Amino acid sequence: MRYRLRRIVTLCKKESVQIVRDPSALLIAVVFPVVLLFLFAYGINFDAGAVRLGIVLEDDSPAARRFSETFSSSPYFDVTLGYDVDSMADLLRSERVRGFLVVRGDFGRRLEAPGESPSVQLITDGSEPNTASFVAGYVRGAYAIWRREHALESGRPLIAGLTIEERYWFNPSTVSRNFLLPGSITIIMTVIGALLTSMVVAREWERGTMEALLAAGVTRLELITFKLVPYFVLGMLSFTLCMVLTINVFEVPFRGSLLLLYFVASTFLLSALGLGLLISTATKNQFNAAQAALNAAFLPAMMLSGFVFEIASMPAPVRLFTRIIPARYFVTAMQTLFQAGDVWSVIGPALWGLTGAAVFFLGFTFLITRRRLE
Amino acid sequence: MSAAPALTGDTSVIAYARGLEKHFPKAAKPALTNLDMEARSGAVTGLVGPDGAGKTTLMRLFAGLLVPTSGELRVLGKDPAHQADALRDSIGYMPQKFGLYEDLTVHENLDLYADLKNIAGKERDETFERLLAFTDLQRFTDRQAGKLSGGMKQKLGLACTLLGTPRLLLLDEPGVGVDPISRRELWRMVRELLREGMAVVWSTAYLDEAEACDGVVLLNEGEALFAGAPAELNARTHGRVFALSGFTGSARGALRSARHDPASMDGVVQGHAVRLLAKPGATLHPESYGVAGGRLAKIASRFEDGFIDLLGGVPVVDSPLAKLIPERPRDGAVVIATKSLTKQFGEFRAADDITLEVRRGEIFGLLGPNGAGKSTTFKMLCGLLAPTSGEAKVAGVDLRHSRSTARQRLGYMAQKFSLYGNLSVHNNLEFFAGAYGLAGRAASNAIDRMIDTFELGDIRDTATQDLPLGFKQRLSLAAALLHGPEILFLDEPTSGVDPVTRREFWTHINGVVERGVTVLVTTHFMDEAEFCDRLTLISRGRQIASGTPDEVKARAATADTPDPTMEDAFIALIKGDQ
Amino acid sequence: MSPGFIRAKALIKKELRAVLRDPQSRRMLIGPVILQLVLFPAAATREVKNNVVAIYDEDGGAVTAEITQRLTQTPAFSKVVRVGSDQEARAIIERQDAIAVLRFGPRFSAAVAEGRPEPVQAVLDGRRSSAAQIAVGYVGEVLAGIPLKQTQASASGGGLFVRHWFNPNLEYFRFIVPSLVAIITTLSALIVTAMSVSREREQGTLEQLLVSPLTPSLIFFGKAVPALFIAAAQATIILSGGVFIYGIPFQGALGLLYLCMVAYVAALAGIGLLISSFASTQQQAFLGTFCFVMPAILISGYISPVDNMPSWLRTVAQGNPLLHFIVIVKGLYLKAAPFSDLVGHVGALMLIACVTTAAALLVFRRRLA
Repeated sequence: MRYRLRRIVTLCKKESVQIVRDPSALLIAVVFPVVLLFLFAYGINFDAGAVRLGIVLEDDSPAARRFSETFSSSPYFDVTLGYDVDSMADLLRSERVRGFLVVRGDFGRRLEAPGESPSVQLITDGSEPNTASFVAGYVRGAYAIWRREHALESGRPLIAGLTIEERYWFNPSTVSRNFLLPGSITIIMTVIGALLTSMVVAREWERGTMEALLAAGVTRLELITFKLVPYFVLGMLSFTLCMVLTINVFEVPFRGSLLLLYFVASTFLLSALGLGLLISTATKNQFNAAQAALNAAFLPAMMLSGFVFEIASMPAPVRLFTRIIPARYFVTAMQTLFQAGDVWSVIGPALWGLTGAAVFFLGFTFLITRRRLE
Repeated sequence: MSAAPALTGDTSVIAYARGLEKHFPKAAKPALTNLDMEARSGAVTGLVGPDGAGKTTLMRLFAGLLVPTSGELRVLGKDPAHQADALRDSIGYMPQKFGLYEDLTVHENLDLYADLKNIAGKERDETFERLLAFTDLQRFTDRQAGKLSGGMKQKLGLACTLLGTPRLLLLDEPGVGVDPISRRELWRMVRELLREGMAVVWSTAYLDEAEACDGVVLLNEGEALFAGAPAELNARTHGRVFALSGFTGSARGALRSARHDPASMDGVVQGHAVRLLAKPGATLHPESYGVAGGRLAKIASRFEDGFIDLLGGVPVVDSPLAKLIPERPRDGAVVIATKSLTKQFGEFRAADDITLEVRRGEIFGLLGPNGAGKSTTFKMLCGLLAPTSGEAKVAGVDLRHSRSTARQRLGYMAQKFSLYGNLSVHNNLEFFAGAYGLAGRAASNAIDRMIDTFELGDIRDTATQDLPLGFKQRLSLAAALLHGPEILFLDEPTSGVDPVTRREFWTHINGVVERGVTVLVTTHFMDEAEFCDRLTLISRGRQIASGTPDEVKARAATADTPDPTMEDAFIALIKGDQ
Repeated sequence: MSPGFIRAKALIKKELRAVLRDPQSRRMLIGPVILQLVLFPAAATREVKNNVVAIYDEDGGAVTAEITQRLTQTPAFSKVVRVGSDQEARAIIERQDAIAVLRFGPRFSAAVAEGRPEPVQAVLDGRRSSAAQIAVGYVGEVLAGIPLKQTQASASGGGLFVRHWFNPNLEYFRFIVPSLVAIITTLSALIVTAMSVSREREQGTLEQLLVSPLTPSLIFFGKAVPALFIAAAQATIILSGGVFIYGIPFQGALGLLYLCMVAYVAALAGIGLLISSFASTQQQAFLGTFCFVMPAILISGYISPVDNMPSWLRTVAQGNPLLHFIVIVKGLYLKAAPFSDLVGHVGALMLIACVTTAAALLVFRRRLA
């Protein structure tokens, strides 16, 4: 027994030394997470800042000017004034403005005329649908304020319509960083777990060292264990680095318990490592292993885990498909742990999903690992 | 040792195979057919044969890494494929490339394998001390295996394999890429191990190594052509090997005429002499060779002669290449010259003050142990590496700064046969034709001529990665000669290739040299060094001997060995330097 | 033919064969493209659909019934469920069984009738704050559409009218398909160039090339051309899919797109070659490529608008070829942009190509010394 244990320890030690001496492993485990978190913290932002808005003033009346000042004085808009639609359309097409308002020549007259009211047109750049909706929403809001103020000034106050009083639980100021950063840790863990390990078994075959190990009587269990443990430790260290950065540097609130967090993260990492080892064991060639890992692990984690793109909005077959992607469960668990805390009704099912994936991938790897060369 | 099945009761038989067959699912031909062999304690059994003969398959079968298709295979009475755990400590297996982790240090590699073999405590310290002393690696324990020379890697591989004192030692091509000195040391070590009763199976493509084995199995395309003591094979050609010497004129010319003697079945240049093998019962007629003053003398036969005899000899081939290569004027001009060429890597001086001159129409050899600096020198000559000081000129220009026109004049063939593996033979030739500026009719003519000359027609559309080594080598040479270069750079052009293919290769080289092409070659085959007109021996970055092969050999002559072989000379001169 | 031309032709032919001769690599270059063409426009959407909204209705009047009825007709919500207590409301959000709970107070209908409507209280799941914000926008539109009894007789013809150019219904796939043209070609072009140099290095053929009359710049050129062919082929597949499967008509000059692609692939090849000049193995080249592609996608405007980034990062993003190419493809595909709109982006791509290729050549030459 002690003999078996020592064999495993020595194999793990060997693998760890190799990791430490390989610059690309450190690149993936240390530099990559820092860069990625940084970009998710500063680069990805769904909360629009100031909207670049054009206003075409065909009317020179004081009322039209006041209307345009409502926008240019607002911090939500960065206004470009223009006097004809065609040149403003050029600016829109080349993305120098995200939308523009057209104030017609009869604006001032119709505003004063009884029983009439001026129409204002907003044109947005629909080629970026999200930005277009934001622009429309911002402009509608500002337009409503202008109408209310104008009505007050002219002594005909408007009757208020139905309004909403919004309250966001868990993330009252709706900072997208708060859900993006926990989600992006998923990507980092997938890359370390699957992309890095996808090549490590293939590398032993290519360099001929696998043959020597097998001849020295290394068993299947030993083989899987020594490929698993060092990368597991590396992954958890990298995870800790991510957590420290997320909580202390990027100041994302964390409301769950650390114990549960590490338990969930370990389960996910095991499933990712299992997938990586499976790919590696099945391919025996570094190039194919890399391609397979990219398509089977990284892209699903990025596109289908629900942290950038809403799973609920996907068509039913794709929604069903996401159920077999471990990253999906991890994203759910991470977002809940960070922002809501230990909500067992969410984390329980996610843990089952992750455990199932880990058992499946590791078990399958064990089954197809061979002790011979054929 | 004989091919006859031994009694299983014979305790000296450690491992044996009877009627062993191995088929791989996708292969057309079996990897091994009906093979009988045995390995005895205290003896080295050589598995000899060219690349692809089935040597590695057989090694892996003994190591329990493959399962035989049929036949019987036993190691210490057990079946290695199904009783691997019981045999683990009894078999030491060193795969090709030595199974080392290049990013681990010498000590870390030893630690790993010691733990895997459950060697602990005092025994471990003693074993390490003994093995490190044995392999002379004490000074390098903290160096990463990837930074060791080929010879040191080989010793470390052996040390790792020897942990746990196995009874059967399986060494798969331990001599590949290792210079003669390291190979001799390895043999010394293995001999010591034999005294402890170990059985050694040693696979090799080097026929001179085979000669040192106690018994050999000669494999070719999965079949055993011969099994027995090397001396038995030598005996086959006893009295049929001759040296033709003392003539005036070129040895290459003499060889060509001699090979047209219908009584000859093989011949090679050896310094300023020709070594010939006569057909059984036939008599050579040197007077018909047209060489003045040639004397024919019987000399000792070698294992290689026996091998070639078994294969039916080397057919006479006049290199048809010669006709394709434009004749160069024999003006004795210096085409390759270096002056105090030096390369410094940090503290380490890889090449130190190398000065040489090669004249048109010469074969010039660069020789030396691994890591001595011959590759560094070669790379500087080709313009692949910038010298720290000194200069290297090829055809009057420094290739590092030369324009394409200068490189147009040379051909290059590298050790690993640098072809595009997933492209077909024809595609490869087409690419090299284009790379050297041949297009249209000129290109297709040149390609067709090469395909005819090297008999590549049948494999025209095969991807080169699927070709046997011999074909790869031919194709590499074809690609290097396609554009009719006047200078040819060859970097260990024949490693791992069987003797018949090597003969063919050198016939072509001799053919082009006679047309005035200049050849610069690096090699660690000492018999090939004899094919050179002149050579220089590099050790620890410096030239320690230069001249014709005969001159270099003469420098190493002592009272004990008045007529040393090239290998003796090589070892004596290097040792004298160190 | 000049020798330079012959050499370039031989090199390009060889590179193309090396990539395309193997059926498995052909499948690798085409298969994922088709899969992504089918999957991504459907999956990668920032629209909000099929969500569950919960109603805590303490009022039970006609107005709340009307609102509930209209909510179910919005594509954003597939289901409207009712909750009866604060505890239930809290639990349903916590479990992520609903994205929002709308609470109508007991006097809601009465207040509306009196012309003093009280606000609807919405509790939203802040874990998905971005989706929740969009969802609440849809709720707002529904509420705005509820006819109030005493609505002021609206003045004729007035108001704010919104029109979305280039994509009138703001369909997300119309944004995704052009972006996919850029993203998918990026991955293949980079991997093809970066890995092919390191493969030649690993297999020893690089020395053979360097000893031949081929110059390093010609070798680089030879590596860039197959990337262009592959990028063009993949782009054609995605564009055809966009036009024929997704029914998005191509508005601009198609030829111009392929021309701009030359500048783009030149920039990518420069980066790929730079990575490969540093890498000594294929594994390092692959991981290096990955470490470039991932951040490049993040700051390309594909995941979130570049406008939302801090200004220093916007400056960094100008060095990202993907950003420029996405603008070019979108401009030509959806907006019929004239070349004058694109010339700045094409210029930026060419500048990136020059800088990276020069750096790659420098590193490559230095490694030989």
